[in-house]
Amino acid sequence: MSAHVSVSGLRVTVAAAEGGRAAIVDDVGFAIARGEVLALIGESGSGKTTIALAMMGYARQGCRIDGGQIRIGETDVLALSAAGLAGLRGGRVAYIPQSAAAAFNPAQRLMTQVTESARIHGLLDRAAAERKAIELFRALALPEPETLGERFPHQVSGGQLQRITAAMALISDPDLVILDEPTTALDVTTQIEVLRAFKSVVRERNTTAIYVSHDLAVVAQMADRIVVLRHGKMQEEAPTAQLLAAPAHPYTRALLAAFNPPVRAPDAPPEAAPLLEVRGLVAGYGPAGRDGMPALPVLHDVGFTIPRGSVLGVIGESGCGKSTLARVIAGLLPAARGNVKLDGAELPARVADRTRDQLRRVQIVFQSADTALNPARSVRDILARPLAFYHGLKGDAARKRVDALLDMVRLPASLAERPPGALSGGQKQRVNFARALAAEPELILCDEVTSALDAVVGAAVLDLLGELKRELGLSYLFISHDLSTVRSICDQVMILYFGRRLEYARSGAMLVRPMHPYSDLLIASVPEMRTGWLEGAAPAHEATVVRNAAGCTFAPRCAAAVPGLCDSTPPPLRQLSKGAEILCHLDEATLRHTQPDDRKTP
Amino acid sequence: MRRLSPVAVVALLVILAWAVAAILAPLIAPFPPGRIVTRDTLADISARFPLGSDYLGRDMLSRVLHGARYTMGIALVSTTLACLMGVTLGLTAAARGGWFDMTASRILDAMISVPSLLAALVVVSSLGSSIPVLIGAAAVIYTPGAYRLSRAVAVNIAAMDFVTVARARGEGTLYIIAAEILPNMILPVLTDFGLRFVFVVLLLTGMSFLGLGIQPPAADWGTLVRENIEGLSYGAPAVIMPALAIATLTISVNALIDRIPGAGQGDSR
Amino acid sequence: MNAAMLRLIALRLALGLLTLAIVSALVFTATELLPGDVAEALLGQSATPQAVAGLRAALHLDQPAWKRFLIWAGGMLSGDPGRSLVNQLPVASLIGNRLPNSLKLAGLTACVTVPLALTLGITTAMWRGSRYDRIVATLIIGIVSVPEFLIASLAVMIFAVKLRWLPALAFRAGVQDFWTMLWLLAMPIGTLTLVGIGQMARMTRAALVTVLASSYIEMARLKGAGPIRIVLIHALPNALGPIVNAVALSTSFLLGGVIIVETIFNYPGLAKLMVDAVSTRDLPLVQACAMLFCGAYLSLVLIADVVAILANPRLRQR
Repeated sequence: MSAHVSVSGLRVTVAAAEGGRAAIVDDVGFAIARGEVLALIGESGSGKTTIALAMMGYARQGCRIDGGQIRIGETDVLALSAAGLAGLRGGRVAYIPQSAAAAFNPAQRLMTQVTESARIHGLLDRAAAERKAIELFRALALPEPETLGERFPHQVSGGQLQRITAAMALISDPDLVILDEPTTALDVTTQIEVLRAFKSVVRERNTTAIYVSHDLAVVAQMADRIVVLRHGKMQEEAPTAQLLAAPAHPYTRALLAAFNPPVRAPDAPPEAAPLLEVRGLVAGYGPAGRDGMPALPVLHDVGFTIPRGSVLGVIGESGCGKSTLARVIAGLLPAARGNVKLDGAELPARVADRTRDQLRRVQIVFQSADTALNPARSVRDILARPLAFYHGLKGDAARKRVDALLDMVRLPASLAERPPGALSGGQKQRVNFARALAAEPELILCDEVTSALDAVVGAAVLDLLGELKRELGLSYLFISHDLSTVRSICDQVMILYFGRRLEYARSGAMLVRPMHPYSDLLIASVPEMRTGWLEGAAPAHEATVVRNAAGCTFAPRCAAAVPGLCDSTPPPLRQLSKGAEILCHLDEATLRHTQPDDRKTP
Repeated sequence: MRRLSPVAVVALLVILAWAVAAILAPLIAPFPPGRIVTRDTLADISARFPLGSDYLGRDMLSRVLHGARYTMGIALVSTTLACLMGVTLGLTAAARGGWFDMTASRILDAMISVPSLLAALVVVSSLGSSIPVLIGAAAVIYTPGAYRLSRAVAVNIAAMDFVTVARARGEGTLYIIAAEILPNMILPVLTDFGLRFVFVVLLLTGMSFLGLGIQPPAADWGTLVRENIEGLSYGAPAVIMPALAIATLTISVNALIDRIPGAGQGDSR
Repeated sequence: MNAAMLRLIALRLALGLLTLAIVSALVFTATELLPGDVAEALLGQSATPQAVAGLRAALHLDQPAWKRFLIWAGGMLSGDPGRSLVNQLPVASLIGNRLPNSLKLAGLTACVTVPLALTLGITTAMWRGSRYDRIVATLIIGIVSVPEFLIASLAVMIFAVKLRWLPALAFRAGVQDFWTMLWLLAMPIGTLTLVGIGQMARMTRAALVTVLASSYIEMARLKGAGPIRIVLIHALPNALGPIVNAVALSTSFLLGGVIIVETIFNYPGLAKLMVDAVSTRDLPLVQACAMLFCGAYLSLVLIADVVAILANPRLRQR
């Protein structure tokens, strides 16, 4: 079979700060046969999106395609005029963007936008285009396909919007579809539905596609072949199964290792004295009502215990209240009800009412290292402040201590005089962590600390966290949306869903079946690093927010929900035999029955 | 810091030249500004009078140099006062929030909706026109703009995680303002200072042109244009030169701000 | 129209009224700042005691300040802002004589300035970074840096004195013919256009550039939409709100310009009336003129706010 799409010697440059141009994509070449899906995989800065956009002869502001050849069928893309390119885009080559929410024009109805490219290129008349759009909506398993197009983007959920982008791309039966990280911004249970829909339309229509992603497990479900990129250069190209089974390039092996962090056995003795005890926490935003409840409650009756020297993982999807929990414990957001005890002594709700020593013992580290460090101050100043504030350390003693802290987080002392802007993402997050360590805390609240980092960098930061915990006897409250991250560092986990603690699994009972149906769904939704996983995964229900539901919050999405019970009565707290506590109407035997064992536990 | 563009360098030099002229005016001016030195009124450029003479026969070079003291001096003092008050109020509002923020924002936003020249006219109609009144009026008129900008910038910074970290550490409001927020506000506030300086110069010269600003015998550049306006019909340097002085100063400040990397153009007057 | 929009519009209206109340308090206070006895200060040392007493009564100086404010504000609202201190004529009739002239000037200026500024703003945003964009930006910096009176003076020198194309005085009694009027007003309108256009074009450009940088514009480009389609169909509907706001806010600059322009061209409008009142310290007249200008400006901003709310698709379609 001759190549349908071929790229050779592609070079894209960007204006360099010191003058001249620097290559961000260099000498990249590959070929795709008709009906084949090729994945471009790499971390941030690998040039994968730049290559994808170059397939349409498009370069973002400041970038320029400087060399090489791109052929789609008989067309030499880089030789086309501006008008020729406009004719190509949306017609013969279509693009599915990462953030559907941003890619839709808020002022236009969905149907107008979905059919736009077919109408611009004169491929279909209006009626035919709308018929085809409805057909695509149906193929993508979208609800109410007949009337969906009448809506505006903000009236549709994120997962649905992302699927509609596929309809928008496929309306013109393109020769090539480019999917640019189309599920990265989605929650894991939403992602699986979108992936399933994408895969079925791509396969059904024998579409030729380029799938751009940083996530090998996702790519394993979609692609026939994988190209691994790093710093704009190709590292390895191989069929998917072969690349996963026998990676040839060391970088590919590093990537694979980072995706499969070793599961460690919980090592904190469960009988250790409790360091942090949280009971019946209720918190939220907005003015408090007459009953003391906030206008926008986020956390409902959340409680847990962190034994000294252990790590509690808090898992949940966006909006579940996990960051709010960290803010309440840190004293940034006073709780409406409930209490927080540190070492047996009650912590005042507000920062202002806590003693300096209480403040010192609990530190917080945020997700985005970029905004967590003051850009106007040097690393040394940033680290010296908690030393002076909590320990009165000044001058030479402070200098030495800052150097020691940098060493502790495996950073060279030469970084101390630099501003945060001159550091890489991973280095910033280490400085962030060093600042927390400077206080000599007992508990560190880690809010998605590795989520903004590339997998390899994140894995290294995670290793560091583990080492420091053992060396210094620290405890963590580790917040994440990513199960494999939590699995590799935590001793116990708590699963939040719309502010309710659906499952609380202590040591030994962590993420083993039977479990809460939501936990089961979460685990089953995480893509596994093998081909064919998607086909075997169980279908998930669309996420829906149910306000003031009398019954279980999760009931509308629960595959095992009992009508008349789960949707009307609040679920009881249930103790499972292996030590987990869940909020569920179903007993252990029923749960065991609904959770088949042939699904692997991660 | 990046290298300044050639335009910015020229602009900076022009501003510095006017500043030096204003400071050294009594030393470098060839004649006392009020003395009638020739019978040839509204005269053209000559070796003795490099900028010609005015409607009474006074030396224009001396008058323009001394005029720089009024125009730039008053503008500098007013702008400094306006920015000091604006930044202080803006930071306080951003840091304290609540009723203080609400009240200050409402009142100062209402002040912005009074066009500046109109506000100056109202004040002068009541208090009459004197240098302290003009300085005070200009300072008060341009405080709300400085407030709005610094509050917006401070609120943005205060929402950043590094400020949240400082609050969680237990830092006091003063430390957070001084060490965490203020250092990140310097560039936008300086840019705003330049913009506001231009506005004040335009306001003052406009008032003087209407005859409601600086009163004779004192004369800023606006007064110089006004009193020699009859020379306009034949392009006397006595009216062109002070006008050029105003334009070179304001264009230079604006051009300099425009070339500062990362400095946005404020739009509130 | 739905409940959310109505609520927002009602909120804006209430805020607008509150702002007007604060502005009137500010204007009133500014004219009350004079220390000592206002009547004596205004009339000078040579005034007879009777004259001073009369003025005191006219200004209600025997009442406390807050009561005077209420009397004054009540008068404003009922359309009776008192009498002029200088010629004893009712302020309302003085303003009534001048208002049509100013409205004429404002209307004609708006007809020229707004389309020109929008064209400049939109085209520079479309071709941002081009030579055209840079040239326009430089010109705008030049224009906004130069005082209004300079622009007007130069116009007089060139078009009235040197070329003798246009009259230096912008008003002749009894002119009915539209083209004659336009000929008379050409220079004031031209000056005001230059004064207002810079800020308006700059803010329009900024609003549109923000929208053009958004992902859905990139998406439209990747669907093969041409530049004109992108601006007209995709960008402008979303930039409408900010652009209308920009136009309304820029009129603040025009108001300053009107004051200078009416004085230079000796045009019998409201602004000239106010400048003359300031020179004679005719406080009731100054207050009334100031409130009229502020009220007009606030109404414009309010209308722009409402238009922006109506144009927001997220609010229009719940």
